[in-house]
Amino acid sequence: MTADFLSVSGLTKTYGSNTVVKAVDFAFARGEFISLLGPSGCGKTTILRMIAGFETPSAGTITIDGQDITTLKPNQRQLGMVFQAYALFPNLNVGDNIGFGLKIAGVPREERRARVAEMLKLIGLPGYEQRYPYEMSGGQQQRVALARAIAPRPRMLLLDEPLSALDAKIRVSLREEIRAIQLDLGITTVFVTHDQEEALSISDRVVVMNAGRIEQLGAPHDIYNKPATRFVATFVGQLNNLDVVITDPANKIVTIDGQPLTLPDLPADAGLNANSVLTVRPEVLTIGAREGNDVTLTGTVADVTFLGSVIRVRVALGKNVISLDTFNDQRSTPPRRGESITVSLASKDLLVLAN
Amino acid sequence: MKQNRFWAWVVFLLGASYFIVPLVATFEFSLRMRRGYYSFDSYASVFSDPNFQATFGYSVLIGIFSILVGIVIVVPAVYFVRLRLPWLRPFMEFFTLLPLIIPAIILVYGYIRLYNSSSIVPFTGSALGTDILLTFAYVTLALPYTYRAVDTGMRTIDVQTLTEAAQIAGANTIQIISQIILPNILVAVLSGAFLTFAIVIGEFTIASLLNRPAFGPYLQNIGANRAYEPAALAIISFIITWGAMGMINVLGRFAPRTSARTD
Repeated sequence: MTADFLSVSGLTKTYGSNTVVKAVDFAFARGEFISLLGPSGCGKTTILRMIAGFETPSAGTITIDGQDITTLKPNQRQLGMVFQAYALFPNLNVGDNIGFGLKIAGVPREERRARVAEMLKLIGLPGYEQRYPYEMSGGQQQRVALARAIAPRPRMLLLDEPLSALDAKIRVSLREEIRAIQLDLGITTVFVTHDQEEALSISDRVVVMNAGRIEQLGAPHDIYNKPATRFVATFVGQLNNLDVVITDPANKIVTIDGQPLTLPDLPADAGLNANSVLTVRPEVLTIGAREGNDVTLTGTVADVTFLGSVIRVRVALGKNVISLDTFNDQRSTPPRRGESITVSLASKDLLVLAN
Repeated sequence: MKQNRFWAWVVFLLGASYFIVPLVATFEFSLRMRRGYYSFDSYASVFSDPNFQATFGYSVLIGIFSILVGIVIVVPAVYFVRLRLPWLRPFMEFFTLLPLIIPAIILVYGYIRLYNSSSIVPFTGSALGTDILLTFAYVTLALPYTYRAVDTGMRTIDVQTLTEAAQIAGANTIQIISQIILPNILVAVLSGAFLTFAIVIGEFTIASLLNRPAFGPYLQNIGANRAYEPAALAIISFIITWGAMGMINVLGRFAPRTSARTD
């Protein structure tokens, strides 16, 4: 892979006194699938729109394949884009929608027809040339929009929350389809989403954004397992916060509800009897003892929620209430509310996060 | 419930008779040219009049040009206001209503003063110049209707996203307006066009004061000098106007359908 196929440097966008993107830098290799993940208003869509050319950066540069495209018009950038609202041209049939970019580029009719047929085969809708967008389901329309975006062989593919308007099942199948097509074509793709599951499941790398800045950039498993900040840890997946008291800073020992535990790490400035917050993922907690778990805590079951394949149990440890996930084992009965329960975990799975 | 419906019918029939009775009376009168029995003689007389054909043809031609000029001016204007200058919309609403407030006579006197044969732009100095002036006057008169029709049409499509989708595919502004925006609001544009046509066909003041051989002044001239033909012409004008209105309804069925299905 060539490094720095897409490179963004000092990218800033200001509307009046409101800076929505704050000096963002990142670089990605050719063929990577990148997700910009974050809550509404974090600046992810603005970055995508600046890459597309629909917004002009207040500062910074964007280069693609060594070419500075910061000041180019959208129609000069040779990019493909899929929109949340499909944005198929209602007056054109599927064939003409997919062939639109090729027609604009002056590709001869026969060549265009062949490419459209090839695209329809790729998205699993062969023979749909004559259909109109209103005759198709949302999932089919979005697949046509994807075909339209990649038909002119763009340098990069931009996906602006393309699955948000679809219902849950279609969303999952279409995201897998998008990833398969992206891998097949090897096209560099930037995908904007607020859905962490979507971002983690199909990306090579994820950029987690908050309030116009990058909180963390990394592979999905790093983002989830080694969150760099408290924001990343809470935004990506479920997280338990535990209020602890530091009882022995030298040996990294803290207590939760009077029960001691040794931590893998402690902040350098942690003092004796100081209050601190530990975080732990629900799935690393186990009911009862388990091999490899070196910490055991005792608490009371506060609540039990049935989630299908998983049962979420909320356990009160003094003032702390933590959630733990356990598989739904049909041969055993889940814990009951008010029951006393032992919870174990591996101290290496505890996260000490910067705020 | 039945009581309510009865009175609703009474009010409807009263309202309808307000329009229908004079029309029926005019039609009945137009058939009485031949003494003693009904005939279409007055219509035959109108259709065989070379002045009818010349003035009607002239007005149709001016109507077509007014529609074309109106589309070329209004469609890009509405498009750019919706896309880039949304704060201008209230001003657009106001300015496009002005032709309804300012009488045509004021407009035409203004034109004659500004564009007379001794002015810098002597439109009225030649027949072609006056025809051009008349076309622009009709574009202005039809502006309240054309603007609203086009604006309503653009409201039914996502102008910004469609523009961006076309832009990223490589299209420039002219290609976007002609290949994407205009076809998607064609029905709205055509309803504006038929309204323009209906206005142009019967317009008297401007055509008369600019001294052009249009259908409006012809109607007035016949009305002042003949007995049965004006009634026949009134019915013909109604049929043309209503035909234009009917076409708007028919075209409404062919509006491009958009969908936001999630399945």
